[in-house]
Amino acid sequence: MRHEHIEVNSGLMIALVLAVISIGGLVEIVPLFYINETIEKVDGVRPYTPLELRGRDIYVREGCYLCHSQMVRPFRDEWLRYGHYSLAAESKYDHPFQWGSKRTGPDLARVGNKYSDQWQVQHLLKPTSVVPESIMPNYPWLLHNDLSYADVGDRMRALRRTGVPYSLTQAEYEANVKTFGKDVADKLDISQAQDNLLKQARGRNYDGLPNRITEMDALVAYLQVLGTMVDFSKYDEGYFAEFR
Amino acid sequence: MSNTTTNPQKPTAVQTTGHAWDGDLQEFNNPLPRWWLWAFYATVVFAIGYWFVYPAWPVGGSWTKGFASATFSVGGKEQTMRWNTRSELLQDLDSGAGAVRQREYLQKIASADLEQVRQDPKMQDFVRQAGKVLFGTNCAACHGSGGQGVIGQFPALNDDDWLWGGTVDDIRRTLIGGRNGFMPAFREALTPAQADDVAQYVLTLSGIVQPDEAAERGKAIFHGSVGGCYYCHGDAGKGIKSMGAANLSDKIWTLVDVNATATVADKHALVRSVIWNGVQNRRQMPAFGHRLSDAEIKLLAFYVHQLGGGQ
Ligand code: HEC
Ligand code: HEC
Repeated sequence: MRHEHIEVNSGLMIALVLAVISIGGLVEIVPLFYINETIEKVDGVRPYTPLELRGRDIYVREGCYLCHSQMVRPFRDEWLRYGHYSLAAESKYDHPFQWGSKRTGPDLARVGNKYSDQWQVQHLLKPTSVVPESIMPNYPWLLHNDLSYADVGDRMRALRRTGVPYSLTQAEYEANVKTFGKDVADKLDISQAQDNLLKQARGRNYDGLPNRITEMDALVAYLQVLGTMVDFSKYDEGYFAEFR
Repeated sequence: MSNTTTNPQKPTAVQTTGHAWDGDLQEFNNPLPRWWLWAFYATVVFAIGYWFVYPAWPVGGSWTKGFASATFSVGGKEQTMRWNTRSELLQDLDSGAGAVRQREYLQKIASADLEQVRQDPKMQDFVRQAGKVLFGTNCAACHGSGGQGVIGQFPALNDDDWLWGGTVDDIRRTLIGGRNGFMPAFREALTPAQADDVAQYVLTLSGIVQPDEAAERGKAIFHGSVGGCYYCHGDAGKGIKSMGAANLSDKIWTLVDVNATATVADKHALVRSVIWNGVQNRRQMPAFGHRLSDAEIKLLAFYVHQLGGGQ
């Protein structure tokens, strides 16, 4: 085929350009789907509870990922600052994952339990009230807005399609009991989603407002679980290196 | 499209690619510069070497692991395994120059007591510098970058007033297990008038007002079974550290900014609001026992201790 033939035929040119530029992506991504050890085998990682899931959606809606990554990389400085590097297993139920690539603010992959709920609320309302130097925006509406959770079951159903083990049938529920234990399996049951959401929000009252379920409840519940699912003290460090 | 293959302006120069656009727009067909071409070949050769040294090609359900290796010790046992970013990190944490130097100091900290640290200028330096970094990462968001705190929410750490105790060991206990500031609300136990009286008495403890009749009545409630305030704040109102109860006899306030108000009536109203509402679920200091190592916690305790008034 002559060069000129391609240059004057834009349809063909587009197809060939696409083919060429996809090679780089394909050779890096495709093998990850069939290499057996891409995802580490660890205990503790579970899908988000309905409340945490709503919090995650709000995190995405507000664009927190534009300033915050959720990926501690395996370098000594990050290890010292944030803690253990992130495992692939820890975001296996994230669709889409929130690894991000922009760190205007600190990485949040291990922020769970680092601060109190009260601090998180205060900080989200007005970051400069606790960190005077902060350039993070205020999010006052999170406390004004009541959380809409009527559709939380649908959200779980959508994720179930992508392979997240939220359960619809009795068989799926029982499989979850086997993998995660009964406590967690109950929280992954789509038919109980709204009850579970209310129970968790009322039980801990993340936002400090006992009579309301706000978007703040959901977002703080999500932030407080980030990076806390795996108990790293149970593993020998060399173990995780075996997977790379 | 004309088919001129030479440049009409400079007939002896390089050939053109052979086609002209818009009548006269042509393109020289220069060869690639030699240095560029050789550099390109060199990167190809380099890549082939790289494939053998480092993990590279997927093969079935696995991949080629490469010859390179990393050595580190886990649980006291030396271990050499194939190179990857994770094993390299472990090697760096184990034997990297920075890590070794830091560990040397941290080990000294782990076995030192306060006097030893005070006497060794190098250790002092380390506590100030490494402590500042750790404090910035883990504590400053609540207690402020200089430990100045936020009245009502996060106590100041740069004064000599301590809720839970200001010795190095007290501070360590605070860090390892966290703390939960708590005071019951007295809006059910006391009448509004009684609350007024107790607030008046509390203000006499630090000399803000002189004892009067109301304060006398308040004193009886404070020390009696109705209020029972002495149970946590002590007989002299100096606070009891094991319960994190504040000293009421100094002029340092951690829940309400009494000092910032001008009139006695305002000060009284603030103190009364604390008695009336108490403190529940809003003064939580997280536990750092899992997040930081023992040596790091001790280092932070030394650091906090020297911020202001360690005991
Ligand atoms: C304009 C960029 C920006 C955006 C958008 C942003 N942040 Fe931040 N964030 C920062 C910066 C800068 C800091 C560090 C200073 C501070 O603590 O406020 C920070 C700090 C934080 C911290 C404390 C992290 C730590 O370890 O100390 C949390 C938690 C956080 N942000 C959550 C959020 C959430 C949730 C959202 C979305 C609702 C968000 N941020 C949106 C810039 C941003
Ligand atoms: C989420 C916010 C938060 C973070 C982060 C935090 N603290 Fe605290 N800290 C508190 C609160 C709230 C109290 C007061 C508890 C009370 O009222 O009894 C407190 C109390 C303390 C005390 C006891 C003060 C006294 O008067 O006895 C010390 C010491 C202390 N913190 C040190 C630290 C250090 C060091 C760090 C970092 C490793 C840290 N804190 C991180 C919120 C925090």
